[in-house]
Amino acid sequence: MKPTNIKNPEYFHKVVDCQYACPAHTPVPEYIRLIAAQRYSDAYMINWYSNVFPGVLGRTCDRPCEPACRRVRVEEEPVAICRLKRVAADNKDDISDRLPTVPKKKNGKRIALIGAGPASLTVARDLAPLGYIIDIYDNQFAGGGMMRSQIPSFRLPLSVLDEEVNYILDMGINATFDVQVDSLKEVLEKDYDAVFVGTGAPRGKGLNLPGLEDARDHVFLGIDWLASVAFEHTDKIGKRVLVLGGGNTAMDCCRTSMRLGGEDVRVVVRSPFEDMKASPWEKKDAMAEGIPFYNNHVPKEFVIEDGRLKGMLFEKVEALYDDQGNRSLVPTGEDLVFMEADDVLMAIGQENAFPWVERDLGIEFDKWDMPVVDRTTFQSTNPKVFFGGDSAFGPENIITAVAHGHQAAISIDLLCQGKAVSQRPPPLTNLASQKMGVHEWSYDNAVAPDLRYPVPHAPLDKLLKDRKLEVELGFDVATGYKEAERCLNCDVQTVFEEIRCIECDACVDICPTDCITFTANGPEEELRTRLSAPSTNLSQDLYVSAELPTARVMVKDEDVCLHCGLCAERCPTGAWDMQKFLYNVSRATA
Amino acid sequence: MSYQIPKFRHPGLPVNELGYTKAAYEGSISTLCAGCGHDSISGAIVRACHELSLEPHKIAKLSGIGCSSKTPTYFLGKSHGFNSVHGRMPSVVTGAAMANRDLLYLGVSGDGDTASIGMGQFTHVIRRNLNMVYIVMNNGCYGLTKGQDSATADQGSAGKKGDVNPFSAIDLCSTALQMGATFVARSFSGDKEQLVPLIKAAMSHRGFALIDVISPCVTFNNTPASTKSYEFVREHAEATGTVDFVPMREEITTSSRPGAAYEVTMHDGSVLRLYEDAGDFNPLDRRSAMMAMMNHQHDGTILTGLIYLNKNSRDLHDVLQTSHRPLNQLEEGELCPGNKMLVNINASLR
Repeated sequence: MKPTNIKNPEYFHKVVDCQYACPAHTPVPEYIRLIAAQRYSDAYMINWYSNVFPGVLGRTCDRPCEPACRRVRVEEEPVAICRLKRVAADNKDDISDRLPTVPKKKNGKRIALIGAGPASLTVARDLAPLGYIIDIYDNQFAGGGMMRSQIPSFRLPLSVLDEEVNYILDMGINATFDVQVDSLKEVLEKDYDAVFVGTGAPRGKGLNLPGLEDARDHVFLGIDWLASVAFEHTDKIGKRVLVLGGGNTAMDCCRTSMRLGGEDVRVVVRSPFEDMKASPWEKKDAMAEGIPFYNNHVPKEFVIEDGRLKGMLFEKVEALYDDQGNRSLVPTGEDLVFMEADDVLMAIGQENAFPWVERDLGIEFDKWDMPVVDRTTFQSTNPKVFFGGDSAFGPENIITAVAHGHQAAISIDLLCQGKAVSQRPPPLTNLASQKMGVHEWSYDNAVAPDLRYPVPHAPLDKLLKDRKLEVELGFDVATGYKEAERCLNCDVQTVFEEIRCIECDACVDICPTDCITFTANGPEEELRTRLSAPSTNLSQDLYVSAELPTARVMVKDEDVCLHCGLCAERCPTGAWDMQKFLYNVSRATA
Repeated sequence: MSYQIPKFRHPGLPVNELGYTKAAYEGSISTLCAGCGHDSISGAIVRACHELSLEPHKIAKLSGIGCSSKTPTYFLGKSHGFNSVHGRMPSVVTGAAMANRDLLYLGVSGDGDTASIGMGQFTHVIRRNLNMVYIVMNNGCYGLTKGQDSATADQGSAGKKGDVNPFSAIDLCSTALQMGATFVARSFSGDKEQLVPLIKAAMSHRGFALIDVISPCVTFNNTPASTKSYEFVREHAEATGTVDFVPMREEITTSSRPGAAYEVTMHDGSVLRLYEDAGDFNPLDRRSAMMAMMNHQHDGTILTGLIYLNKNSRDLHDVLQTSHRPLNQLEEGELCPGNKMLVNINASLR
């Protein structure tokens, strides 16, 4: 193999598994260390710059970082990264003086943002400090988009959402709420320099089953129903509720039903439990509230008696998988199952819809009637129109929308400066030794087995009486510290300098997880068979040095490196050093 | 400064026939200087014991005094250990081995502990062919007392202070051959591919097995003028041949390559194979071994690898016809056979 080019910022970035997995690439270990140091405001600001909504995401993020966490390679559960983010948000001081200043004198460029969800707000946050004039249009009465309409208050208190939305709206953004944009053409005619579409995936999918016509008054689309609860148009539901679907919206629907008078609330899903789309913790929380899941039940029809909804019929199926892992649901042949219901909530998916985008604006639409959007620049085929969040490529999650927003802001900024949007600015990186003295590091390098700490919940009887009472209480400061100490500091990199190495093997001998091997070079596949420990995780790179005096190379398998620093402590010549790698995604800058 | 090794290990570590990973053979974190060759030897001992599937409680590790003699703390944490008196480790091993022949005795010593204060004990334990492995962690200086030249420092070599050693060196392998040792090897801490099979072979040898391991002292004796530095040893080492050790339990054909010049079946049924590239040298012949040693000394190179092996070694138990069972397994009736037996013995001596 060729020597690893550690000057390529993506090499060490990939070693920081959580940050690499995060769509917005938040520097996770950096803010976790600040939490351990009780520097909550500093930890919050790192998050705020990277993901814009730390308090919201600390409660509601899909946490792609956690399955990626290195800790799961040596222990059962990852660091509770998401909940640590909340610790920073809960314990921070007033940070208003740390927010970027917005210039009074604008740069003359006008940008329209359609929709005031996480993607649009991120664009606004990035562009307003650069002097752009930002107009936001949204059909809700306040900003936040789906964070306001679809996430129930028991998961995300309004005060948290309002605080973080207002940090942005207070940057002199011209927000027009309660307005439905019916024509993109009209917006474009206002002569904006760029238009960003962040309208989400607002259309819930429904099931057109026999009997729907008569049952219509008692059948609701999940996201619409959640919105009407959030906006206090709906405050009760029948005693027997069937929730169709197995995603996070279904989990929010069933739990909200329990709080609005539902007594026999059931989640009925076509797929097996393991295949349900909902995040594992959302399933767990719903089950903890006593909600049963009926898996492998395919809805067949609404049962109507005397012109009223009585219940639904379901067909029992079995999930079979072929060699490629493709699933088919095969009926078991048993009798149809009848379940009584007063109300039915359909949460089987949502999609984008652009009836308000005229098709003659130079925006190309694909065969699924979705706009063609560049995955890097988020530009549509009309150079002035950008898409981001769920409206770009279909439903994802908040953190993805934020990541889209950052990139779209860069594109808009480049466009307005007359530069090519394809010329992306490089990430900001820094690599600095953490050596504080002989065998002393600036970070807590001791690594110990330590199981994940559970987040305490409010008592269930109180929760079910008040839909606004937050379920999770968050870590207290002491538990937050303990959980923060579980972080392995993967951003503190093992940097190897071959000209200093005397090949004494001290690093090989001390490494607790046998990551390091000195051996003859070879092609990667073959080299992996000759390492000190089995090298089977091909998603993790090998760090290979240039050739050493004995004609061997140093090979380090990044897979289960604990970043404990022992290789560097035992190195007599300083060939190994622990260096903190800070990686900040490129940002729009004037 | 880390005082503990993290408890996590690589989840895919191979297990040996006893179901143990390498971790079962490790010890506490080393307190020696970073980069000390001794730590590599400890690592090689861990690997050898793991690969031989030895039961940790069937091993006794004994040492004298010095940096080398601290190392038993850093390996085989679940084995028996005795950190004895300076230069007197061989006597203590002799006593222990006489009392319990069932344990594997691993003596760890240094150049000071062996070639200076312990020289008398060293030569006599060789003469008696005590069944033990004797590893010398040889760095040519007294690291624990600030790096003075030791008795194995080569004439003309200089350590960190720069003073050239005026005295001729004691060559432990040559001395061992002179004293009648039945297994003599030399290796280098920085070459585990050679050291690990040698340790395994030494552990399978019935009788006294010496491995003189050159182990650079990074703090006091890893200088350009030293003949025991990493660089010098790498440049001047010449192996007698590569060694393959096939434990008794393994199918011999599987892990060994063809073309062995020597194939020796050890006392426990394992097989030692030597792949030769050192001319007419014969490691099964004492005169050839001594000649090779002298030739390399003359040329200023360091002969490493297996130097001598006596296949027909008779150890001290064989010679003294001691009890086949350890003393702790003998009943009172066997230990004190009674007056009648005493009368018989006395009568036989009249």
